Amino acid sequence: MSGSHLGMPAFPRAAAVSTRDSLLRANLAHATHTIRDKRARAVAELDDWAQLRAAGAAVKDRTLRHLDSYLEQLEESVIAAGGRVHWAADAEEANRIVTRLVRETGEREVVKVKSMATQEIGLNEALAEAGIRAYETDLAELIVQLGDDLPSHILVPAIHRNRSEIRDIFRREMGSWGRPAPDGLSDSPAELAEAARLHLREKFLTAKVGISGANFMVAESGTLVVVESEGNGRMCLTLPETLISVVGIEKTVPTWQDLEIFLQLLPRSSTAERMNPYTTTWTGTTDGDGPRTFHLVLLDNGRTDTLADTVGRQALRCIRCSACLNVCPVYERAGGHAYGSPYPGPIGAILTPQLRGIEGSLEASLPYASSLCGACYEVCPVAIDIPEVLVHLRERVVEGGPVTRRGTRTVLKPAKGHAAERAAMRAATWAFDHPGALRGGMRLASRTRRLHPRRLPGPGRAWSDSRELPAVPAESFRDWWRRTRGEQRPDGSSTEQRGGVK
Amino acid sequence: MSGRDVVLARIRRALADVPRGEGPSDPPVPRDYLRVHGSRTAGQNVDLLAENLAEYRAIVHRCGPGGLPVLIARLLAERGARSVVVPAGLEPGWLAGAEVTRVPDVPSATARELDAVDSVVTGCALAIAETGTIVLDAGPDQGRRRITLVPDHHICVVRVPGQVVSSVPEALPRLSPDRPLTWISGPSATSDIELDRVEGVHGPRTLEVILLAAG
Repeated sequence: MSGSHLGMPAFPRAAAVSTRDSLLRANLAHATHTIRDKRARAVAELDDWAQLRAAGAAVKDRTLRHLDSYLEQLEESVIAAGGRVHWAADAEEANRIVTRLVRETGEREVVKVKSMATQEIGLNEALAEAGIRAYETDLAELIVQLGDDLPSHILVPAIHRNRSEIRDIFRREMGSWGRPAPDGLSDSPAELAEAARLHLREKFLTAKVGISGANFMVAESGTLVVVESEGNGRMCLTLPETLISVVGIEKTVPTWQDLEIFLQLLPRSSTAERMNPYTTTWTGTTDGDGPRTFHLVLLDNGRTDTLADTVGRQALRCIRCSACLNVCPVYERAGGHAYGSPYPGPIGAILTPQLRGIEGSLEASLPYASSLCGACYEVCPVAIDIPEVLVHLRERVVEGGPVTRRGTRTVLKPAKGHAAERAAMRAATWAFDHPGALRGGMRLASRTRRLHPRRLPGPGRAWSDSRELPAVPAESFRDWWRRTRGEQRPDGSSTEQRGGVK
Repeated sequence: MSGRDVVLARIRRALADVPRGEGPSDPPVPRDYLRVHGSRTAGQNVDLLAENLAEYRAIVHRCGPGGLPVLIARLLAERGARSVVVPAGLEPGWLAGAEVTRVPDVPSATARELDAVDSVVTGCALAIAETGTIVLDAGPDQGRRRITLVPDHHICVVRVPGQVVSSVPEALPRLSPDRPLTWISGPSATSDIELDRVEGVHGPRTLEVILLAAG
């Protein structure tokens, strides 16, 4: 049983450990650089990428601004097509609903398609407590499950494992979950994929209950869409008698036509393919083809709180492609586990604190897990301005302010531990308002520059742990300007006296 | 309050900034992206389809109506297939040359029974040139979704150029959301080991696409 992300340390502490793991860094550097170049080529093939990106963002914004209407329409369409719809305000409620639905089938085992939503709510653990065994069938999820590990990437949860580690896990663990790994299994990816095929075949052929998420839900038709590569999705979506899909409410799109945008944006952004090998769409149930019973569980679990923040809301556009992880210098070095949630990388740094609230030490640290370089925004296929939201969340952490928690508006107090930062900002504001004091201070700094310490004392110590203090020049810019240009104005007045800097 | 009421009420409170008069389809969506990338003749579209299918490791064949039964028979024989699942509406002539056991696509067939079948032969709903995709919509010549999933070898016949569209935006209006769809772009694959693509996991590991020219 894979573990949960609960109780993880704050990002800096986790990253201080993971960045020293040279094997992890090598695995991540190799994988992210491979996909980075491929993605750039796949995107460059489409001359209208910018227009598709703008359209994708606009469709998501349209849906979010009227999410209540679109969800009601979706519910009506799914029911009309023979499905049943359940609503879950939080993880506990979703787990309770799914557990009950599985129990009603009388089954004790389920097969699962990779799903971020069920990771987020800890469904496997909840089912295990109820005596129901969930088998992950996505290759990377299988590696994580067999290795009793945690996912570290949205698309490839076992990205932190290289091929020989995967071979070792398969050899060691497959036997206790079902069919053991073939004798003499090598670390060639083709052989590893074959081992997974053999191991899971029996499960697919006998499974009575499948559990999935969905990439998109079409409000007007009630259609769900799952985009995948291996065929494990098709197995879980078509062979079992009962299908339960747990989907975040933000996965809704208004119309069938809207899929023409996302089915172009998603594959190229995530696996750098023109199209992923398999996409399944289904609308309710179909007589004689696929599951006879279909349940849709609509999940909130912090999404409406995120929706209430007009700046942070854009995080709900995310289509979980993971392009932002693959280009992020911080993710590449720290690895996915340091983010302490199923959503790592830049998107995780803005999603996790919003879904869970920023009161916890991990959540409050995540908006700082970025250099604000902006690469994530550039590659995002739905144009989420991740740096903008990061800065916005940093402000919430430091200054406090209005937030919504479990549907209730409340005012957050400024976080502890940022007192020095607030004091420094207040001092800076005052100094910039008082040019004379600013000039005096700068001259004093210049004259004493040989005495400056290399690290800050007191509360500034942590800040200078990983940064060089800037060297103070012998003469400030303002003095230099005054000395060389200040008196050259035609009217003879100096620029500073005219209030150039105030 | 039910979960439904709770979630909907939270959404309405969260959207207090949305003006009262704004309707669900009022926020603008610019659709100035291209319907088709580049301009191609029907023949060039078929060539592009073939090229893109092959790049993702599908095996592509071309033939005219007269050659189809012979080609299908040869492909099955080369693979050593002894049994083939046949959708109810598949043109009977297509398999006329094949010496194989025909397994009908019936609701009572179990997944395990399908697992013992060597191959499946189907038509398709359409194919998309730009992405190298074939789309099945469970029509009479394609059958239930599982018959193209469990057997390890899939032969799919695409009528060209009639069934070929250029792009994803051209495909969707020709497909009905009411039917269960399977979009297939090459055989089953994974990028889960070091983000490198490897073909052959759970779906059919061999996908052969026959581009059938009109007579």
